[in-house]
Amino acid sequence: MKIKVIINNQNMELDVAYDEFLADTLRRYGFLSVKKGCDTGSCGLCTVWVDDKPVLSCATLSVRINGKKITTIEGVQKEAKEFAEYLVNEGAEQCGFCSPGFIMTVLAMKRELQNPTVEEITHYLTGNLCRCTGYMGQLRAVKKYLGVV
Amino acid sequence: MYRVYGAAKGCQKILGGSVKMRVINKGIPKIDGIDIATGKAVYTDDLSSNNALVIKILRSPHAFARIKSINTERAQEVPGVECILTYKDVPGVRFTLAGQSYPEPSPYDRLILDEYVRYVGDEVAIIAAVDEKTALKALKLVEVEYEVFEPVLDFEEAEGHPSIVHPEDDIHLNMDIGMNREKNIASSYKLEIGDVDSELAESDIIVEKTYYTQAQAHAMMETYRAFSYLDHNGRLTIVSSTQIPFHVRGIVARALQIPQSKVRVIKPRIGGGFGGKQTASVEIFPALVTLKTGKPAKIIYDRKETFSSTTSRHAMRITVKLGADKEGNIKAIDMQALSDTGAYGEHAPTVFSVAGHKTLPLYNKAQAVRYMGNVVYTNKMPAGALRGYGVTQGTFALESAINELAAELNMDPVVIREKNIIKEGETNPILEGSKDGNPAALESCALESCIKKGKELIRWHEKYPRKVISDTKVRGVGMAITMQGSGIGGIDTASAVIKLNNDGFYTLLLGSTDMGTGSDTILAQIAAEVLDTTMDRIIVHAADTDISPYDTGSYASSTAYVTGNAVIKAAEDMRKKIVGSGAKLLGLSEKDVEFDGEFIKNINGKQKLSLNELAQRLISGEGKNQLIGMGTFGGETSPPPFVAGFAEVEVDKETGKIDLINYVAVVDCGTVINPNLARIQAEGGLVQGIGLAMYEDVQYSERGKMNSNTFMQYKIPCRKDIGKITVSFESSYEPTGPFGAKSIGEVVINTPAPAIANAVYNAVGVNVRKLPITPEKVLKGIMELISE
Amino acid sequence: MLTIKDYVLPKTLEEAYSILNLNKNNAILGGCAFLRLGSKQIETAIDLSDLALKYINEKDNQIEIGAMTTLREIETSPVLQKNFSGILPESVKNIGGVQLRNIVTVGGTVYSRYGFSDLNTALLSLDTDVVLHRKGRISLEEFLEKGAQKDILEKIIIRKTKCQASFKMMRNSAADYAILNVAVSKNDNDWKIAVGARPQRAKIAKEAGKYLAGSKKTNEEIEEAAVIATKELAFGSNTRGSKAYRESICKVLVKRAIMEVI
Ligand SMILES: Cc1cc2nc3c(=O)[nH]c(=O)nc-3n(C[C@H](O)[C@H](O)[C@H](O)COP(=O)(O)OP(=O)(O)OC[C@H]3O[C@@H](n4cnc5c(N)ncnc54)[C@H](O)[C@@H]3O)c2cc1C
Ligand code: FES
Ligand code: FES
Repeated sequence: MKIKVIINNQNMELDVAYDEFLADTLRRYGFLSVKKGCDTGSCGLCTVWVDDKPVLSCATLSVRINGKKITTIEGVQKEAKEFAEYLVNEGAEQCGFCSPGFIMTVLAMKRELQNPTVEEITHYLTGNLCRCTGYMGQLRAVKKYLGVV
Repeated sequence: MYRVYGAAKGCQKILGGSVKMRVINKGIPKIDGIDIATGKAVYTDDLSSNNALVIKILRSPHAFARIKSINTERAQEVPGVECILTYKDVPGVRFTLAGQSYPEPSPYDRLILDEYVRYVGDEVAIIAAVDEKTALKALKLVEVEYEVFEPVLDFEEAEGHPSIVHPEDDIHLNMDIGMNREKNIASSYKLEIGDVDSELAESDIIVEKTYYTQAQAHAMMETYRAFSYLDHNGRLTIVSSTQIPFHVRGIVARALQIPQSKVRVIKPRIGGGFGGKQTASVEIFPALVTLKTGKPAKIIYDRKETFSSTTSRHAMRITVKLGADKEGNIKAIDMQALSDTGAYGEHAPTVFSVAGHKTLPLYNKAQAVRYMGNVVYTNKMPAGALRGYGVTQGTFALESAINELAAELNMDPVVIREKNIIKEGETNPILEGSKDGNPAALESCALESCIKKGKELIRWHEKYPRKVISDTKVRGVGMAITMQGSGIGGIDTASAVIKLNNDGFYTLLLGSTDMGTGSDTILAQIAAEVLDTTMDRIIVHAADTDISPYDTGSYASSTAYVTGNAVIKAAEDMRKKIVGSGAKLLGLSEKDVEFDGEFIKNINGKQKLSLNELAQRLISGEGKNQLIGMGTFGGETSPPPFVAGFAEVEVDKETGKIDLINYVAVVDCGTVINPNLARIQAEGGLVQGIGLAMYEDVQYSERGKMNSNTFMQYKIPCRKDIGKITVSFESSYEPTGPFGAKSIGEVVINTPAPAIANAVYNAVGVNVRKLPITPEKVLKGIMELISE
Repeated sequence: MLTIKDYVLPKTLEEAYSILNLNKNNAILGGCAFLRLGSKQIETAIDLSDLALKYINEKDNQIEIGAMTTLREIETSPVLQKNFSGILPESVKNIGGVQLRNIVTVGGTVYSRYGFSDLNTALLSLDTDVVLHRKGRISLEEFLEKGAQKDILEKIIIRKTKCQASFKMMRNSAADYAILNVAVSKNDNDWKIAVGARPQRAKIAKEAGKYLAGSKKTNEEIEEAAVIATKELAFGSNTRGSKAYRESICKVLVKRAIMEVI
C-alpha cells in the first residue's frame, strides 16, 4: 500500500506491506538510526515520534502512519547533538545501540514535562533499556541537560 | 624530561610521583561518542548490503534427538530459496565456537550441523533465500523425522545419566581437561594447596553451605549478527559484531576446512558483547552460504534466538566449607563445584577453574585451600563466556559463606575481611604467574582501603546490621569483596602498530575490539600520553584481520592491560624512530635531541624540526622512510583488580519485596586511565550484577524448552530497579600495567549478588543461597523463621 | 510472525462489525502491541482509527472512555486523576514505558481479558460497564467472566461515585508484569475487592466485601476480610510466582488496600 507521510519534515511517499512495522519500514528507507533490540515491545530502542509523541516503531503498523508526521533522530540532529554532548561527557554512551531511542525519549520528555523531578524523569525513561551503562550516567547527563538539581 | 610508561619501561609510581600526566587519568570523551549516540550508521546491519541473501535457521524442537530423515525438497521449491543445507552438507570436522587462543582448552565437540540435536534450539538446517519472508516460508516446509531421546536436563543428575549427551567418539581435545564423555563430564578439575582435610579437622568453627548461581543471559542490546561476501580476490569476507575477529577467522577456517588466508574478518561498532560475542555463535552460517552460493549472505538473530540459541553464563552449584578459629581467622577453604555447560563445552574448563583461582587468593591467611569438581553436559543451551567468567559464581558462593561464618561468630562481616584478606606484597601460589614452589607476589592491591572507603560511603557504622523503618519495613546492609584478573598470563597477546602520517598525525592500528567500553579511546589516550600529543592527532583503526595487528580479542579483562601495554611499546618505538630520524635530518646525534610532541629539537631548542615537517620529509623522495612503530605484549601475570561492594536494602517483611536503596562499590583498578569511562564500566557492571542478584533467571520448561526467551520473561534491571549507585576509586599502582593500570571490565559484576544476599540476611535473618534473590524466596525464609 | 493480507479503515462501527464477521480470520486492531506477539494470520485487519473512539469524556454521572484511548492518555488524564482516588492512572503507570503506553489501547486491554491486566483489576473494583457493538452494554464483571465472540468493544462507562479506592500490586522488577494486583473501592459502605494476576483474570472477592461491610473495620476484621478474600478466590502458579506466594501476598495487599481506603 502507498502511504503519504512527512518524515523529518520531508514529504515522502512510502510503499509498505500491510503487516510491516514502522521500524522495518524506516530502516528500509534508509533511516538507519532506528534500532531494534527485541521482538516484544520491551526495550524502547526503536523509539521515534509519531505526531510528536514517542512511540515504539516496532509495534506501530506502517499503514497506520498514513498522513502522519514521523520524526527520527536524523530529523533532530542539532538538538540530539546538544544532548549527546552531555551524554558523552559523562561517558554514558557505551555501545551506543540504545542511544537513538533513548535520546528521542529524552527530547520528547523535555517537550512534555515541565520542570520534572528525578522520579518523573526516571518514570518517563523507564521504557528505554540499556545494558551497558547502568543508567546512572544517563541520569546525570539528563539532569545536567535539563538543569535539574 | 624523564618519563616512565609502566611495563614497557621500568616501574615507578606515577600518580603519586612527580611526573604529571596530560591525557592519562582524564575523563576524555569517547572518540566515537557523538556519532554513535546520534544514530550514525556504524553497526553491522547498517553496513550490510541490501541484496544479501537472508539466512534463517531451522531449530530442533526436541532437547535430545537424532535426525532420522530430513527432506528439503518442498522447501527448495519455494521461489526465491537459494540454498538449504543440512548435516549432510557440512564438513565432518569438530570444532569449538569458543574464542580462545590456540590450543583452545574448550573441547572440539560440535559440527556446523549434526545428525544429533542436543538442545531445544540446536541447529537443524540453514535456509538462505532472497528475503526473510521467503526463508521463513521455506523453513516451515522442511520435513524432519526425529528419534527422540530422554534428555539430561537437571545438571545435578547429569553425571552417570542413562542418556549420553555426546555419544560420538570423535571429540577432539587439545589437552587433558578431565573429560569423561560417557559419564557426561565435559571437564573435571582439582586444585589443592596444603592439607585441607586436616586443617578443617583442627578448626574451631566449621561453616558448610551450598550455593546455586543461575544461568544468566548477556542481553546485549544488539543481537548476534554477521554478513559475508566474496571480495574481488574471491576471499571470504565476514563482517561481524564480534569481540574476537582473529579467533573468528580461525574458527570459521577450521569449521569450513579452508585456509585462514582465505578468510577476512571485519568488526564494525558493536552494540554490546559482555562475553557473548567471545563465542562465534553466528559467523559460520553466512560464511558457509557465501562459499556455497558465491553470494553475499547475512544472518541477524532475533531476540528469541539470542536468548535461546547462543550461550549463557554457566549455572553452578558450589558447596563451600570454611574452617576458622574462634577469633575469625580462616584456616581452610574447601569449594566443591559443579558446573552446567549445556549441550557443548564452550569455555567449560576455563570458566570452571577460574571460579576457584580468582576467589581463593582473597583469603591469603588460610593454611589450606581446595577447589574441585566437574563440568557436566546437559541438553540445554550451551554455556559460554559472560563478564565475570566463573569468578562471579565463585564469588557469590565464597563471599556468602564468609558472611555466614561472620554471622556464626557474631562478627561484623567487615572485620572478618580485615583479618583475613590478602595485602599488597604478599605472595599466593594460586595467583597467575606462580611457578611450582615459587608463588607469585601481589604487586598492587588497595583492597583494604577499598573496604575502608566503602564502609564510610555507605555509613556502615550507623546502618549495620539493620534499621527498623516501620512495622513492616526493615533496612539492612551487607558487603562482599572480589578480585579478577587482567588478561590471561602466558597465553594472550596483543600487538599495536602506529603509523606517522604525512601531516604529522598518527594512525593507531589495533586488533582489540571496543564493544562500547571505550577501549579505543583509552588506548588512544595511552598513545597520546607517550607521544606527547593530543587526542585529535591519533586516528584509531580496529579491527580488520587483514589490516590490524594480531590481538587475541577483547575478553578476560585484557584490553586496557594487555593491548594497553602493546600500545605503550608501539608508541615508544615510534618516539625512538622520530628522535632517530629527526636527529638525522637535523644533522645531530640522537642523544643530543629530544622530542616534545611537536618539535624534535636540540637541548637548547635552537635547532628544531616540527613533527609535520619531519613526517612530510620522511615520506617524500628525500626521506624515503615512513615511520611505523610497533609493539607486542603478553603478560606473564594477570594482575587482579579488586572491588569492595556494599548494599543497603529495604525488605518488606510481609511480602518479601526487596528494594535496593544504595549500592556502593569501591574499585581498585590501578591507575584509572579515564575516570568517566571507568565509572560507567563500574556502574554498568554493577547493574548487571544486580540483575543477576535479583531479577534475571534463565528458565526451562520440563521438556527443556527455554521459557525466558524474551525481554518480557527475562527481566534485566530497568531504571527503577537499581536504587542509588555510588562508585569510588582507590587506586593502587600496578607496576606491570600501562601507567599503573589494571582491568576493570569484569570485576565490577561480582559483588552485588553476595552483598545483597548479606544485606537481606542482616535485615530479616534470611539467607537466600540460590540466585536470584526473589521476594518469594525471602518471604518463604521469613515464614520459616516465624514458624521456628 | 503476524501476517496481514488486507487492511481496512471503516467509517462506521457497523461497517467494521460486518467486515469482522465476514471471515473468521478477520481481526480488529487495537494498538497491535499484543497482536504482533502472536503468529495470527489475519485476512483483513480492521483499523478503528477513523471512528473517533479516542476520548475520555466526563459526564454528570459517568465517565466514558473510548476503545482507542491509549493507556498513556489514561495515565495523564486530569479527569481520571481526580476521580476514583486516581487508581486508573495509578494502575497503568507501570505498564511498559511511555512509548508503549502511547500505543496500547483500552479496547485491546479490556476485550482481551488478560489475566495479568492491571487496568482491568482497577476497573473491576469500580462500577464499570463495557459497551459492545452487538451485545450492547453489560457489566465488566460479566464481560470478564464470559467474554464475547467476534464483537467490537466501543467504549467503557464508569459510574461516577464519591468512592474511595486503592490500587496495589506486587512486581519484582518494576517493568515486569504484576505477580498479583489488587484494587479496593468503597462507596458509602459498599466494598468491592478485585484481585487479578492470580495469574487468572481479575475477580471480585464478594464474601470478603460483604464481611467488611458488616464489620466495624477494626484491624482484626480487616485482616479477616483479607483472609476471606484469599480463601474465596482461586490462585495458581506461573514463572512469576507460586500459588502459595500469591496467597500470602494477596492477604497483605488486600489488607493494605482496605487500610488506605478506610
Ligand atoms: C511489552 C509489553 C508489556 C506489557 N506489560 C503489561 C503489564 O505489565 N500490565 C498490563 O496490564 N498489561 C501489560 N501489557 C498489555 C498491554 O497493556 C495491552 O493490554 C495489550 O498490549 C493489548 O492492547 P493493544 O492495544 O496492544 O491490543 P491489540 O494487540 O491490538 O489487540 C489485542 C486483542 O484485542 C482485540 N481488540 C483490540 N481492540 C479491540 C476492540 N476495540 N474491540 C474488540 N477487539 C479488540 C484484537 O483483535 C486482539 O485480539 C503489556 C504489553 C506489552 C507489549
Ligand atoms: S525494538 Fe524493542 S521495543 Fe521496539
Ligand atoms: S549503551 Fe549499550 S545498551 Fe545502552
